[in-house]
Amino acid sequence: MTSSNPPTGQPGVPVLEVRNISKSYGGAKALEGVSLALQAGHVHCLAGENGCGKSTLIKIISGAERPDGGEIFIDGKPHPFMTPSQAIKEGIQVIYQDFSLFPNLTVAENIVLTSVVAKRSKVFSAGKNRPAAERIVKELGLTLDLDKDVERLSVADKQLTAICRALVSEARVIIMDEPTTALTHSEVARLFGIVRKLQDRGVALVFVSHKLEEALQVSQDLTILRNGIHVVSGPTTGFDRRSLIKHMTGRAVNETRLITSPQLEERPVLSVRSLSVSGAFHDVSFDLHRGEILGITGLLGSGRSEIAESLFGVLPADSGTVEVEGKTVRVRSIDDAIRAGIGYVPEDRLTQGLFLEKSIADNIIAGSVDKHRRGPVLLDSKKVSSSIRRLFDQLRIKAPNVLAPVRSLSGGNAQRVVLAKWLANQPKVLMLNGPTVGVDVGSKEEILAVLREQAGNGMGVLVISDDVPELVTVCNRVLIVRQGSVIDILEGDGVNGTAIEELMAA
Amino acid sequence: MSETRTLPRASGLARFKGANNEGVLALVLVVLIIGMTIISPSFFSVGTFFAILRSSIVPLVFALAVLIVIISGGIDVSFAAIAIFAAYTAVKLTGSGNFDPGLIAIVLFACLIGALLGLVNGAVIARFRLSTLIVTLGTQGIFRGLLVAYIGSRYIADLPGSMSAVSTSNLISLEGGGANAYLHVLVVPVVLLCVLIALMLRRTMFGRGIYALGGDMEAARRAGFSVVRIQIALYVLAGVLAALAGVFHVILGRNANPQDLVGTELDIIAAVVLGGASIFGGRGSVLGTVLGVLLVQLINNSLILVGVPTAWQRTAVGVLLVIGVGIQAISAKRESKRVLVNDEVKE
Repeated sequence: MTSSNPPTGQPGVPVLEVRNISKSYGGAKALEGVSLALQAGHVHCLAGENGCGKSTLIKIISGAERPDGGEIFIDGKPHPFMTPSQAIKEGIQVIYQDFSLFPNLTVAENIVLTSVVAKRSKVFSAGKNRPAAERIVKELGLTLDLDKDVERLSVADKQLTAICRALVSEARVIIMDEPTTALTHSEVARLFGIVRKLQDRGVALVFVSHKLEEALQVSQDLTILRNGIHVVSGPTTGFDRRSLIKHMTGRAVNETRLITSPQLEERPVLSVRSLSVSGAFHDVSFDLHRGEILGITGLLGSGRSEIAESLFGVLPADSGTVEVEGKTVRVRSIDDAIRAGIGYVPEDRLTQGLFLEKSIADNIIAGSVDKHRRGPVLLDSKKVSSSIRRLFDQLRIKAPNVLAPVRSLSGGNAQRVVLAKWLANQPKVLMLNGPTVGVDVGSKEEILAVLREQAGNGMGVLVISDDVPELVTVCNRVLIVRQGSVIDILEGDGVNGTAIEELMAA
Repeated sequence: MSETRTLPRASGLARFKGANNEGVLALVLVVLIIGMTIISPSFFSVGTFFAILRSSIVPLVFALAVLIVIISGGIDVSFAAIAIFAAYTAVKLTGSGNFDPGLIAIVLFACLIGALLGLVNGAVIARFRLSTLIVTLGTQGIFRGLLVAYIGSRYIADLPGSMSAVSTSNLISLEGGGANAYLHVLVVPVVLLCVLIALMLRRTMFGRGIYALGGDMEAARRAGFSVVRIQIALYVLAGVLAALAGVFHVILGRNANPQDLVGTELDIIAAVVLGGASIFGGRGSVLGTVLGVLLVQLINNSLILVGVPTAWQRTAVGVLLVIGVGIQAISAKRESKRVLVNDEVKE
């Protein structure tokens, strides 16, 4: 268990290299002729849109899948294919998006358990294994509570636990699958600090991320995949955001701030005054006009999500008033909110917003049966099918037909179905929490375009997000929340990345 | 949440509460004993204490079997069927008491049958990844049917000599003064089993694997645990424990009746859940289970003593279960709210 070994392998020889890997599922090619070389002490960014083959490549490297063709080399020695236990023995560790930790066990046990399993030990002693966990936590300069159950940790701490676990097993290659999706800015900064420490230890890292700034900032090498094909590889210094997007999508994506100050009506569509929920946020006031996109941002736990949940009746307010189109409404429940014309697309779209086994059509109509009634009992089937058709086309949902189950859709398309569901209700105010979390660049642009379009049609849109470029591209104004209070409202040219980041973290 | 701090170690109160509310349970037990003593002073006696221990012998061994299954994230309703199948078959093979191969041979044979029946459960569950409740619901019907159809449906009144000898053996006998108290010798193996299972759960990789399985099965697979092997082994172990409970039941009852033990399944599961095991898997301890079983037995005993009709005993256990699980759910909710509030004050 000496994990502070000097970097192994000769300089120049990649720790891990794959050449000309191909893999197909059924008739569909997932990967074709993909190569990748990982150097000790380097961060290699693997980029590409959803479904480009990144996860398949990770599975092949970690031994979870067998390639149809191609070669795998470890320290220059060929391995025809990998098994999971072989991969672990060679020091290849994957930190999955869901971390694969045991929620019911302590941090200490989570960190050491895998390595004890690998040693094929029959007995386990919490006391004897604790020093190993303690040492790794100390070496990385972390302050994790080793006795806490993992289910009580924040997402960031869960991730740190997963990293510590990988290091205890003497990882030489660590693959991080979308490590920053659920983290806030300061947490990402801390993660990058740890990534640098890992580099110093000679670990080769693979970094998969949708957030391009981060990818450019943290990596030395870069490989881009598109539709299972290797597009380009090279040192990161040779790329910028624009060229990266172009390689990933195969087209130029417009990401500039496309905001014109719309002609606003005198009367706001949503007016919030002194809204408070004890323990979450207090004295929040703002106006939202038709045609406007208002951003709400802040660190995780700042109360940004709670404000939206309160307006939607999930977390009824303790005090304060809410007016929709000048009329005071009491929002004590979700029903109240929907009746008042307020819609909400929740953060965890896959679990909270959709019936995964049901068809796209059923999902679109699920939130708006009242709007499609004929008489007290029956549904107006003509109206239903025209609404479904209209939204399916309007949102350009990529699916063979409206009867396909939502489970079969990719993340971006699933998000569009959620949007369609809320648009079917024709809300006056639509709130979206992290609308593009885990969505690739191309789909992201399209979702933001839909939001602009809806605002243009006279809806008031509230976007809760900590994705700064997204806020800058799409929002007319941005509300900054810190420790439960609105500390600033940025407008016009004041909406820029540096201002938002500084105010959020200050 | 920009910074993790080392939180102070669990306070005295939290430590008393225990990981699975063992402390709270112990407190409820003590309060119940004090309350009963006030209502009926004759309650507080060594005799009552020994009687409760005796009535806990079989449920406790069952509860250990249920505990390991529940920790692994499953649920088993076939243990009573396995128990009586194993015990009755073992007794039947002695020629209904005519031939005595010795206690150890009988017990070993029963355990072998229990292991085989547990293997059926485990193999089906692990191989086909089926719902544990449905599988054991099915197998308990099969086991019971096979027992009555092929082994026998007749009540056997004469146990082999080596078994009936144990029936009347006491570890401690206090006589005189009109109040006799006997502590049955079977308490010894039960205590041993509790210690062994507790050690197994805490100190072996098999035990930690059971917790890992209950925490997140996919994560366990990725961590390198052989999920199939662990699942099969744990159902085999549950089968062996059930068989032992069956033998103990036959010894204590001094007869073997294939219709016995039917319908006790839910009481046992209730006691285990009351003892702090999470029905969703991953949590539970032997100490909590012991306390849970004792609590249920204490309630049953004391209600009889105060003259409450037996029909109400089940109601009482049911109410207790709902309250116990309800308190756990509420405190979990409060805990998560506290995390939210902590985040606000940080930074």
